[in-house]
Amino acid sequence: MQIERQTVGDVTVITLDGSLDSSTAPRARLDLEKLVPDGGRVLLDLSRTSYMSSAGLRVLLTIYRQSQRTGARVALTGVPPEMREIMAATGFLTFFSVSDTVQHGVQELTA
Amino acid sequence: MTGTSKRESFRDVQVDPLPQRIDAYPTQTIAGFPVRPGQALPFGATPVPGGINFSVYSNGAERMTLVLFRPGEPRPLAELPFPPSFRTGGVYAMTVFGLDPESIEYGYRAYGPFEPEMGHRFDARWVLTDPYARLIAGHETWGRPSAPDDPYPYRARVPYGDFDWEEVVSPGHRHEDLVIYETHVRGFTAHPASETSAPGTFSALVEKIPYLKGLGVNCVELMPTYEFDELDNPRTDPTTGRRLYNYWGYNPLGFFAPKASYAATGRFGMQVDEFKNMVKELHRAGIEVVLDVVFNHTAEGNEQGPTISFRGLDNSTYYMLTPGGYYANFSGTGNTLNCNHPVVRQFVLDCLRYWVTEFRVDGFRFDLASILGRAPDGSVLPNPPLLETLAHDPVLRDCKLIAEAWDAAGLYQVGSFPAYDRWSEWNGRYRDTVRRFLKGDAGTVGDMATRLAGSSDLYGRRGPTASINFVTAHDGFTLRDLVSYNTKHNEANGEDNRDGDNANNSWNCGWEGPTDDPEVLRLRNRQSRNALLLLLTSRGVPMLLSGDEVGRTQDGNNNAYCQDGPQSWFDWRLTEENADLLRFTRCAIAFRAAHPALRPRSDRSAPVTDQLFPDVSWHGVHDWTPDWSADSRLLAAMFYAGLPSGAEVQHDCVYVAANSHWEGQRLELPRLPEELAWHTFADTAAEAPHDVYEPGREALRADQSRALVGPRSVLVLVARSRL
Repeated sequence: MQIERQTVGDVTVITLDGSLDSSTAPRARLDLEKLVPDGGRVLLDLSRTSYMSSAGLRVLLTIYRQSQRTGARVALTGVPPEMREIMAATGFLTFFSVSDTVQHGVQELTA
Repeated sequence: MTGTSKRESFRDVQVDPLPQRIDAYPTQTIAGFPVRPGQALPFGATPVPGGINFSVYSNGAERMTLVLFRPGEPRPLAELPFPPSFRTGGVYAMTVFGLDPESIEYGYRAYGPFEPEMGHRFDARWVLTDPYARLIAGHETWGRPSAPDDPYPYRARVPYGDFDWEEVVSPGHRHEDLVIYETHVRGFTAHPASETSAPGTFSALVEKIPYLKGLGVNCVELMPTYEFDELDNPRTDPTTGRRLYNYWGYNPLGFFAPKASYAATGRFGMQVDEFKNMVKELHRAGIEVVLDVVFNHTAEGNEQGPTISFRGLDNSTYYMLTPGGYYANFSGTGNTLNCNHPVVRQFVLDCLRYWVTEFRVDGFRFDLASILGRAPDGSVLPNPPLLETLAHDPVLRDCKLIAEAWDAAGLYQVGSFPAYDRWSEWNGRYRDTVRRFLKGDAGTVGDMATRLAGSSDLYGRRGPTASINFVTAHDGFTLRDLVSYNTKHNEANGEDNRDGDNANNSWNCGWEGPTDDPEVLRLRNRQSRNALLLLLTSRGVPMLLSGDEVGRTQDGNNNAYCQDGPQSWFDWRLTEENADLLRFTRCAIAFRAAHPALRPRSDRSAPVTDQLFPDVSWHGVHDWTPDWSADSRLLAAMFYAGLPSGAEVQHDCVYVAANSHWEGQRLELPRLPEELAWHTFADTAAEAPHDVYEPGREALRADQSRALVGPRSVLVLVARSRL
């Protein structure tokens, strides 16, 4: 799993590239915890995430909870359709606002 | 799994901020895996720092091996024998380090004697499913059989136990406020007309919560939702040749594991999360969840059945055996779980506690619960330890415990089930009496009155909430079929119509099965409404069968356990086709919710002194004069509750007149004080939409002293202020 970070305006866009499962989750979680700025706005781009396991979903939720504590805002974009179905069925989707494109996501986070 | 990746995942866990346990390191290597003696409790597979703790018991085994697989692979990844030092009594425990829960399936090989006459059926050819498995892989697609050569068809896995419930808690309804809706997770949304994103799943049920809320039910009772084998039925439909299933699922394989093929996310092993989300969303909507649990037998069947789990681990502990070592069959399904064996008792308790603490379910309905009161030799216990344990368990204290108070070997305990002031019962007597009354049987009025008022003959001590009232349940005719068929029509079940109950107390209203005759159809509609109205105005806890509110038919099949298809599924087009009946049901549920007189509290506070009427009174053609004679087919009840409202008393008063005679009857109404007047809530003799009024908008009656109850009709009035 590769994690890339870029800044679009005031928003930190983090791209998760590869498979987020139990073998990659612990490292991804540590990296993301460092990358999510306190009080900042973060868009997680999953368009290049090939697979998300239970452990992967837990990383997303952990990051979301952490962001709530520090006053950051976290949203998702580029969620592949199957991943979206999994997240909806298991309730993980209800925690996040989701947008189709990075551009929309950035707009919503800065609105 | 390579040694490198094992070390990596081990290192990953080291970064966990939690303080390490001082025993979180391996002491030796078995089959290439770093291990140490495990913790005997809890049983099952539990993630621990650095690895997974496996604990399994067998009092009869001589030795045990942990078998690990990569997901889906036929051959084991490794077999790890438990060294003697890893055993405490009959418990084998081992912590294996460096295992990734998501990429491991596990099972056991138990070695011991194969001596059926002594009760032992150890057979180390089979890999056995952990009885405590919380996640079972291998059957994520409904109806897809295991590979014939699969040495391990039901593969235990280790789920994540964490879940974010947010602030959502159970609505915690009082017993007397419950309106239970019995449904089948697959059947509720499998029909294409359900228009859900993943038909037949827990998540599809979540999509239908607005429907349930609209209907007004506040508790769903889900037919079996644990892992079972839907393919254990060898029969075919004799007409179509189509295979038949075990669609209902009363044949458990994994008591702790949500059924994978009921989860949209089963193929990703996320059924635990999906189930929890279903409970969370139902709770958020004010709806409780009761699970139908089957602790009377397992899917391993009799001597000819497969060795999957219990039989191979500790046959004589888990099953009731005859002196010759054969399976006792009190369940009618081949074997009988040995519930009052101390080990199995603990197993049942562990299982229920798991569903309550981890899934937050609100209660259980126990299939053939009378078996739970039998001793290991099958005799009926006066004080069954299992039932007593469940009644007093602190974890289960707030749970609804509902018994199907009979078994398949003739024990019938409706009204006498060992209840410890705690258990409720499916009131089979209520069902039979309402049915007989409705079809016009003579001599049923007195019994009908007792059922309507909460069956005090059966539950005098426990109160009406011990009575789960129902007219129909999954087992038997649907309501539509109850008024459309005189006899069962189970030919499609492949047993020449021999299966299913013959005593249905049903009446077809003049024609067997489908008809265009408007008179017959009108009568059926009326009889359906009569049943619903009696059910929802009776004291006790009403239970509706899913689909009865929209006239669902099973074409006269009264034992559709094997029918996985449109005959069993909820056809959502009926919500429009029979919108009138749906509205009628919705109004009747709302009416019940609006009237405390119908729902006396089980812990009654001090009665209000200046009551207008007794809390139940009986009437007839003349007020205050019931006719209990054998020829009478008319019953009129007035339910009353005086409710303190500041310094005053608020009067709640409902009058229910049920006439099962083929002619209408003119009734004198009990006289009300000046400020109150009778209003019509429902009159099944009237055509829709005048058959029912929205609660709170009932119609003021022009004649306050008399009323006409039509032929085979129920009339419900409410006393409201004249203003």
